Amino acid sequence: MSIADILDRKDVSWMDGSGPDSDIVISSRVRLARNLYKFPFPHLLNDTTGAEVMQQISQAVNRSKDKVIKGLELVTLDTLSALDRKILMEKHLISPEHAIASEPYRGLMVDKKGSLAVMINEEDHLRIQCLLSGLQLNQAYKYAQTVDDALEKLLDYAFSEKMGYLTACPTNVGTGMRASVMLHLPAMALANQISSVVQSITQVGLTVRGMYGEGTEAEGNLYQLSNQVTLGQTEEDIINNLWVITVQLATQERNLRERLQKEIKYQIEDKVMRSYGLLTNARLLTSAEALSLLSDVRMGIEMGILSPVKREVLNQLIVAINPSHVQKAAGRELEPRERDIKRAEIIKEKLLAS
Amino acid sequence: MYCDNCKERPATVHITQIHNDKKVEMHLCEACAAKKGTYEMNWGQGLTEGFTLPNLLSGFFGGAMPLVNGPVDTQPSPTSCPDCGMSFHQFTQTGRLGCGQCYDSYASQIEPILRRIHGNTRHLGRVPARSGEKVRLQKTIKDLKKELQDAVSREEYEQAAELRDRIKALERKKEMEERG
Ligand SMILES: [Zn+2]
Ligand SMILES: [Zn+2]
Repeated sequence: MSIADILDRKDVSWMDGSGPDSDIVISSRVRLARNLYKFPFPHLLNDTTGAEVMQQISQAVNRSKDKVIKGLELVTLDTLSALDRKILMEKHLISPEHAIASEPYRGLMVDKKGSLAVMINEEDHLRIQCLLSGLQLNQAYKYAQTVDDALEKLLDYAFSEKMGYLTACPTNVGTGMRASVMLHLPAMALANQISSVVQSITQVGLTVRGMYGEGTEAEGNLYQLSNQVTLGQTEEDIINNLWVITVQLATQERNLRERLQKEIKYQIEDKVMRSYGLLTNARLLTSAEALSLLSDVRMGIEMGILSPVKREVLNQLIVAINPSHVQKAAGRELEPRERDIKRAEIIKEKLLAS
Repeated sequence: MYCDNCKERPATVHITQIHNDKKVEMHLCEACAAKKGTYEMNWGQGLTEGFTLPNLLSGFFGGAMPLVNGPVDTQPSPTSCPDCGMSFHQFTQTGRLGCGQCYDSYASQIEPILRRIHGNTRHLGRVPARSGEKVRLQKTIKDLKKELQDAVSREEYEQAAELRDRIKALERKKEMEERG
């Protein structure tokens, strides 16, 4: 599988539904920010110096004897269409900034499964990111670290003994590491516990935000939890801290779901069934409505209210309902209203087929 | 995702605020966040999340100082970084430093910011095998050069000669490593 395959395929690694606690934890991500010594950070690069950074990196990749690097494919973003870049963004492989920027020296490296993506000349020269399904923070860290080690053999990093890996933004300096998990917390949202969770989590150096949230609630009850602090803690401590909190939240979410089933069985079942009914019958669906209905259905399946649909299918749907994926599926550009029609078709087909 | 405010640039700053038990989210670009940062900080018993730099800086400078006017120079520091040419004022505008050397050039201004963001100013994490070795070497050379100066000023020429030899040897080692 190459970048072309990743663009065409419905699934990349993090969507496969595997890994521990994947009933609640959709995905785990570890991202390492690295910069090359001797070059200004990307926002100060021009076409000439930017091309030099790109050349240094591609040379290192070509010269590397490490298996983990040989398995990567490198492209510059200007070789991809605007739609394809948005597709990669919707699959969480590149950032929004990277998807819409126009500099020719921006690039991307991916592995065959789409579990590893290295953004070149985004906010930092290198952003090594590993994204896996379920709660697999350690595995994601190990993978990213292996790639980091292999690249460092051939590239001179900007590093200071005192401040660690030097990054464009001081919020990333030190380990340069941001670890995060995407959590599905519908019962906590129903029980109005999210704001107190947000508050207590901030106190232990983590942050929460909605995955697609605009407006008042995180759409689809999807929350992204990540470390705030990158300096003065070891990588292992950061991962452990996030892991411990994630496991606690997952347990709390499961307990709440059990209580809901005991205490308001009919309301919960009604909510889930109605949402399933809408998703399989509606002719027009906006992405916000679809995400919220999919959240109910996902919870219903995990609670045994609905007959099982593979987690893989539900994860693919979270991505497939985004604007660029809908247009890719239609094979042409669509007006928002046309997208709602196509989106409804995609969801209905997927859910009824599984 | 695009900026909620200008709908033009990508949203890179994510702010969550709890307002009367309701969660309010904003997704802004750096530029709009910097503009908002100066007053948004103050509303409600709001919980600002994301540790965005414009917010941090405005918090750091106590809100009394609007970001657009830049920081007050309390300590003498270079007007621009010798390596990349970026001024500290530019940093307060964009939240991004120009190069690795900036961390040194603006050390005294950045340290309190780091303390505020991370509660810490010293790296405890991993050290890269090669670049880390190089940094250690550079630091040793720098330290030895200072010792050499001291020795010369104390007119301890024997010790100075010894130091000079050690520095030369380390510089050769560094050169060789740089050539690979
Ligand atoms: Zn904006
Ligand atoms: Zn600089």
